[in-house]
Amino acid sequence: MSAEHWTRPTPPEPGAPASGSSPGSPAATAAKPTREQVIAGLRATSEGGAELVQLLTPEGERVSRSDFDPDLTSDDLRGMYRDMVLVRRADREGNALQRQGQLGIWVPLLGQEAAQIGAGRALRPQDMAFPSYREHGVAWCRGIDPTELLGIFRGTDHGSWDPLATGFNLYTIVIGNQCLNATGYAMGQRFEGRVGDDDGAATIAFFGDGATSQGDVHEAMVWSSVYDAPVVFFCQNNQWAISEPLERQTRVPLYRRASGYGFPGIRVDGNDVLASYAVTKWALEECRHGNGPVLIEAFTYRMDAHTTSDDPTRYRLADELETWKLKDPIERLRVHLVREKVADQDFFDSVDAEADELAARYREFCFSMATPPPERIFSESYAEASPPVEAQREEYLRYLEGFADQQASAVGGVR
Amino acid sequence: MAAPTIERPDTQVRTQTITIAKGLNMALRAALESDPKVLVMGEDVGKLGGVFRITDGLQKDFGEQRVLDTPLAESGIIGTAVGLAMRGFRPVCEIQFDGFIFPGFDQIVSQLSKLHYRSQGKVKMPVVIRVPFGGGIGAVEHHSESPESLFAHVAGLKVVSCSNPVDAYWMLQQAIACDDPVLFFEPKRRYWEKGELDTTVRPEPLFRSRVLRPGATATVVGYGPMIRTCLDAATAAEEDGHSLEVIDLRTLSPLDLGPVFESVRRTGRLIVVSEAPAESSITSEVVARVQQECFYSLEAPVLRVTGFDTPYPPSKLEDDYLPDLDRVLDAVDRSLAW
Repeated sequence: MSAEHWTRPTPPEPGAPASGSSPGSPAATAAKPTREQVIAGLRATSEGGAELVQLLTPEGERVSRSDFDPDLTSDDLRGMYRDMVLVRRADREGNALQRQGQLGIWVPLLGQEAAQIGAGRALRPQDMAFPSYREHGVAWCRGIDPTELLGIFRGTDHGSWDPLATGFNLYTIVIGNQCLNATGYAMGQRFEGRVGDDDGAATIAFFGDGATSQGDVHEAMVWSSVYDAPVVFFCQNNQWAISEPLERQTRVPLYRRASGYGFPGIRVDGNDVLASYAVTKWALEECRHGNGPVLIEAFTYRMDAHTTSDDPTRYRLADELETWKLKDPIERLRVHLVREKVADQDFFDSVDAEADELAARYREFCFSMATPPPERIFSESYAEASPPVEAQREEYLRYLEGFADQQASAVGGVR
Repeated sequence: MAAPTIERPDTQVRTQTITIAKGLNMALRAALESDPKVLVMGEDVGKLGGVFRITDGLQKDFGEQRVLDTPLAESGIIGTAVGLAMRGFRPVCEIQFDGFIFPGFDQIVSQLSKLHYRSQGKVKMPVVIRVPFGGGIGAVEHHSESPESLFAHVAGLKVVSCSNPVDAYWMLQQAIACDDPVLFFEPKRRYWEKGELDTTVRPEPLFRSRVLRPGATATVVGYGPMIRTCLDAATAAEEDGHSLEVIDLRTLSPLDLGPVFESVRRTGRLIVVSEAPAESSITSEVVARVQQECFYSLEAPVLRVTGFDTPYPPSKLEDDYLPDLDRVLDAVDRSLAW
């Protein structure tokens, strides 16, 4: 292949329809979605297939199933609604704060609230969660305040909460790594004899559709099946991995991958908090009783961009977004609460007021976040001593002191 | 959690002749006995006892939940070890050969090296990764690599290499007791070389270099499989009336160069020896630091004797590739001629 080939756009095959790019421009930099991407997007607006577990329709109607019938009180339902509203509000504030320059980046979960609150609420105190980097809703369920997540996006820390105390690992940005870590943790739960009865421990790993192409996710499924590890693989299939549609990751519905490894796979409506809760609870129970692992594919949609650095208009159609708005996770629960008469306007108003308070507190906290001092660079790079690092630290701090001395003498002394 | 005890006066056996392989096996046994959280895991380490028999007999005595025969996946070995460490275990992973560590490199760099820092100490990674390394065994591709500098360059990891049975026995236990992730490089071509182990003699700390043989003519620094070569060169050099001071680095990250600086200030000449390719290597780091600290003491530039900057050759050519005592002595001569 000659070098010249790379500078010429590839001409279309004779008879094939033209791609979305204009003639003469390199295909890779076309601003309009390609035909393939349009088709992929339209496919993603499908209902999720006949094997989708759903307990609450987009219209807010309760679906009855014998296999999944969660024992949820009206308080639980109102609690789920409140959780989703508050988590969405924090998410929108994070997005806004980034646009205002207060955060370097924000990773939005818009649209995925039901999958995360449903799964998060199914966790028991003895369980451990391994998120990717978008699971702010699960963090909420684990008792982590939204402000504790801000350091990562502000650039002041790499995660400030205590993973072991909260049962929620720090965010893992390298795609798929956390699935192996979760499997190892779950193996540990089994080795300690904590698996096998109602009070057994389980682990849940969160990852996206894109991650399922990574070797680590595959290896985690191999290992967890071989060691009977009590781990729930919770895949939030939000249809997009930045600009790559689901079709770029798989030929087969993701939940079917599990059968290749020898454990159950199930697809749930990820915009249905009741189903997400019920299926995750079932999966965790299977695991804590020793019948793990389990793969859950939560069929949902990434309503916003991959991050605030992304521009989805370059690769997907607004039509797709509009279709998914009709399946909004919070709206369907609101309609259901009204229909069942278990929530009134006062309740919705109080939740909105709480969201306003949370937003104000969140913004306040963000504005007040100070950059740590330079010493922080050297803090805790090792558990035990490392003389070269300590020497570097001392040298750098002495170097900085030199500026302070200069400033002091410039201010106080004679020029 | 308390680190496992490693100094256990053994009143029944005073001195015994052991190989490096035996020393490593004894160390693993001692660690498994002293701390129920220690796990040994890797391909073929259980029933087979490891392709080099380093883990021989351990699964029989400690069971399949302490000594794990793992699936064939290095990323899986390291990634699950990270999770096990989070759960409170002290995993000792075996990578079957140096050249196969790379599927695990992602987990090592992205998670293992960073979790302590990321969590600011709330999560510890007391994981040891044992790697048989180096050439000289007549093997096919990927079985004779020296990748240690790739790991020394990664902040958050510690890297050590034993050169003899006594160090093998103590350093592995110390690495297992260490709360930081340690890459433990074992000189596979030396696995069956022997030494005298007296378990009542206290070991020195893990992250220290050691002067093995005093001398005045020049300082020769090496680690792992090259220590034998350096000591042989020193013996040969005596016949020419040169006394070479041989220093075993033992720890590659953090380097303990104090003894090297002290030696160079006396001898004025330094030769650094390693099987690994020269470019951007452990030897590069030693040279950089020595010229910084001992500039006015140097009578000649620091010279390096290393593998070539090519992929490791077919084994019929490895005797040309690997530094031998002649090349070390040649470097000494060039230094002296300066």
